[in-house]
Amino acid sequence: MASTHIVVGLDGSDAARRVIEFVKKEAGSMTDCQVTACFVIEWSPFTFQSAEVNEARHKRREEEIDVARDKVLDPAIEELREAGLSVEGHVAHGDAADILDRLAVEKGATQIIIGRLGQRNLAERIFGGVSGRLVAQSSVPVTIVP
Amino acid sequence: MRHFAPALAASLLLPTLARAQDAAEGGGLDEMINTIFADYTGWYVAIIFANLPGTNFSWIALWLVVGAVVFSVYFGFIQFKGFLHSIRLVKGDYSDPNDAGEVSHFQALATALSGTVGLGNIAGVAVAVGIGGPGATFWMVIAGLFGMATKFTECTLGVKYRNEYPDGNVSGGPMYYMVKGFKERGLPGGKVFAVIFCIFTILGALGGGNMFQANQAHAQLSGVLGGYPGWITGVILAAVVFIVIVGGLKSIARVTEKVVPFMGIFYVLVSIVILLRNYDEIFWAFGQIFEGAFTGLGVAGGFTGALIQGFRRAAFSNEAGIGSAAIAHSAVRTKEPVTEGYVALLEPFIDTVVICTMTALVIVITGVLQQDPETGLYIWNAEAGRIATEGGVQGVELTSQAYAQAFSWFPPLLAISVVLFAFSTMLSWSYYGLKATTYLFGEGKVQELTFKIVFCLFIIVGAAASLGPVIDFSDAMLFSMAIVNIIALYFLMPIVRGELDSYVRRLRSGEITKYKGGDKVQPGVTPSE
Repeated sequence: MASTHIVVGLDGSDAARRVIEFVKKEAGSMTDCQVTACFVIEWSPFTFQSAEVNEARHKRREEEIDVARDKVLDPAIEELREAGLSVEGHVAHGDAADILDRLAVEKGATQIIIGRLGQRNLAERIFGGVSGRLVAQSSVPVTIVP
Repeated sequence: MRHFAPALAASLLLPTLARAQDAAEGGGLDEMINTIFADYTGWYVAIIFANLPGTNFSWIALWLVVGAVVFSVYFGFIQFKGFLHSIRLVKGDYSDPNDAGEVSHFQALATALSGTVGLGNIAGVAVAVGIGGPGATFWMVIAGLFGMATKFTECTLGVKYRNEYPDGNVSGGPMYYMVKGFKERGLPGGKVFAVIFCIFTILGALGGGNMFQANQAHAQLSGVLGGYPGWITGVILAAVVFIVIVGGLKSIARVTEKVVPFMGIFYVLVSIVILLRNYDEIFWAFGQIFEGAFTGLGVAGGFTGALIQGFRRAAFSNEAGIGSAAIAHSAVRTKEPVTEGYVALLEPFIDTVVICTMTALVIVITGVLQQDPETGLYIWNAEAGRIATEGGVQGVELTSQAYAQAFSWFPPLLAISVVLFAFSTMLSWSYYGLKATTYLFGEGKVQELTFKIVFCLFIIVGAAASLGPVIDFSDAMLFSMAIVNIIALYFLMPIVRGELDSYVRRLRSGEITKYKGGDKVQPGVTPSE
């Protein structure tokens, strides 16, 4: 059992790039650190969609998970492992803030590291983006990499 | 369902049809098609919509209501006992977090609802209340409450016997439970039932789910924009539907998916506001509904007049027993088919008990139905066969008038809603028709494309022409679906009973527990290696 556990939220953006660099530096300086890298595919069970979309949803979900793994998660895991870290990866559908927090609780993590996204749409300005909501509800300390 | 019985439809559409006929130069062709259709199919339509001897109550409406009562009793009034559990399921309390990203209970319900909520809730209710008086509302609600058990039965079977293909796609519906369910019970004829059901579904999809909708959309548009030839509406609608279902342009479908539920919610909110503004009359309105339910309050036929209209409206509005919902609900991700049955029973509740009742209450409370101030009875216009209204309006115009009494800006908005509702019904039914086509002729690009192109062509026909007998025939097809489907449901209901008993037992024993709020919370993740 690793003495420290960090949950890292990743997406395909430049912010994620900076997060990986930060984690390498931060976690590299700790002894016995376990990293859980998580990619969240934004999804809500309360949307309206057509019967055709529903019919192919299972297949689509598998594809989304595969893409997330291939394009983002696996390269990131490899990079962190090369830096000598012990890493496991997760892909999940849902609300990123919710999932990162739950994952942190479940893993007994001591902190969550995520990137700050520059772009904001109207909804995010009003309700707050993932980082804002995570900070507001998180059970463990959160580091936001600018 | 967004269409009403043909006789009512015909009277509702008369002005438009006349306009369309004036405009369409090919009146001779219309007539020819009408005659051919009437000659060959008229007898079938007459049988389907025949009244019970000595009444003006069609036996097919009774068929649906009797089915609903049988299922209610057989499942111990599951619609009341299981109502709260249904809501918890829709909220996702029992959804496995590992299934996040799959079709949720809420999504399956919303998809099915967008196929049923629409024209019938707006125009059909006005027809029912206009003829049956406020009392029709009472019987409509009663029939809607019973219909919930029918949906429970068919949607549980739809999920239990759906096909899951190796590529992960799923297909379900009555044709699948007819074949697999009959086989499981050792009954013969499942395949025959399925084939007949699919033929009815294709014809019903082209008619009630398509031509009738196009016709109504054109009626509304030409009402607002001034009369113009129906083929213009038809070509535009067909082009948009073509782009969506053949071209695969998802953005239009996505916009519709979001706008239609919003309009439904908006409609209910506006209704509530109108009721609140007339809060001092709400008790009076309920009084009218109860009194009218048992006396008729002056409508023709009295008590039975109100009952017949209410039952008919409910049966035709929420599609319970038709079998279409079983197709729409079958894509949900769940290990327990009966959970989707629970969720589906909310559909007639929302469609009939809530939305239809809103329309009815607003019509009653705004006083657009004329009443004799001395006797309190409604003034019967014997010539028109309905309650007298200002300007003699009926159907969607009556609804429009009632809402306009409170908000003058409402009618144009209502017209837009009707067109969009018609459009979303067409999309839903193009899917049901497609499923029936691929069941009969096999999966394949050629079969699918053929059906889709035929479907689009029928939109133009429906909007442009006054093909009364064709539309009557397709309406008859929709209710024929219900004949085959409900017979199958009677044979298969012991299977649903078994599913339900097992589920309830495990729920009570604690084997099935909530995920939300429990300690089983997991982010729903799969290790990457």
